[in-house]
Amino acid sequence: MQATARATEQAHPIRLYLVVWAWLFVLSACSYLIDYLHLQGGLRWSLILLFMIVKAGLIVAVFMHLAWERVALIYVILIPPAALLIFIAIMAIEADYTLATRVAQQVSGR
Amino acid sequence: MTQTAAGHGAALQGPPSDLPSTRLRRLSAEWSGDRQVFADASWRKAMMWIFLLSDTFVFGCFLIGYMTVRMSTPVPWPNPSQVFAIEIAGKPWPLLLIAIMTFVLISSSGTMAMAVASGYRRSRRTTALLMGLTALLGATFVGMQAFEWTKLIYEGVRPWANPWGAEQFGSAFFMVTGFHGTHVTIGVIALLVMVCKVWRGDFDTGRRGTFTSRPGSYENVEIMGLYWHFVDLVWVFIFALFYLW
Repeated sequence: MQATARATEQAHPIRLYLVVWAWLFVLSACSYLIDYLHLQGGLRWSLILLFMIVKAGLIVAVFMHLAWERVALIYVILIPPAALLIFIAIMAIEADYTLATRVAQQVSGR
Repeated sequence: MTQTAAGHGAALQGPPSDLPSTRLRRLSAEWSGDRQVFADASWRKAMMWIFLLSDTFVFGCFLIGYMTVRMSTPVPWPNPSQVFAIEIAGKPWPLLLIAIMTFVLISSSGTMAMAVASGYRRSRRTTALLMGLTALLGATFVGMQAFEWTKLIYEGVRPWANPWGAEQFGSAFFMVTGFHGTHVTIGVIALLVMVCKVWRGDFDTGRRGTFTSRPGSYENVEIMGLYWHFVDLVWVFIFALFYLW
């Protein structure tokens, strides 16, 4: 039971979770405002991505406690999804090509 | 149980001072230490993380598939802001239902995080109540999603067609949100099971589970929390990439 007492002493204050929760609310409200205010173009895309990444970071780091895990575990979790970025790039190139062939077909009418 | 609590305590405390100083040196020390690599995380927690990693790729593939069909169609994509608008007092509110769903899911993540915290403080009733609240919010989310699906299907959205533009919209929508909704539903059921266990005091008495001979501990609440936060995490990406983009 001594170990239990130690864990209790070192557990994070509830305040931390409430602060993160409040930030997630604020960031979600900001995301919604992007749409509500009809922001367009580069500003819209960059703000959407910015709020998305900050929210994801807060959830993973604090709510899922990844910030306090061992480095080995952190790297095992965070590095493999980076492969998705390469996948995204490949499929974006492929989609561009598909679009080009479809537009060409429409123009030529065949 | 004691070992778990001690492990968690050490994880919160940070590395002892005799560990290598830089991150990279710690990484190599942990992999070459001739013992469990994820020593502070129990095998249950490590396995949940590995599962979530695989689930990341599942949702990653869905979202990339959505990106591909959206980029490759010459037909204009339906404007999500108008498609998901709901009318209140004769005035259309763009994306309002989705915004409410987002807040509900984030709130459920908040209550779950606090449930995990109270679990490690050994407050049995608080933990059970907070998890029950999480399950309630999750069920509310699924309910609103069912409402949204009904509304869209009624308006004529099908996986192969819709009244507003590119046909691929329907298939991407049903696939991505359907799979996410399934995850939430499974999470709600698992939460309710866990609420029963906590309420009965299984993790205080070390009572053995139905399908396992191992006694559970309050770490199970944290592992349940990992899954639940992941569901919320996926929604963050769906909200940004599908509804706002």
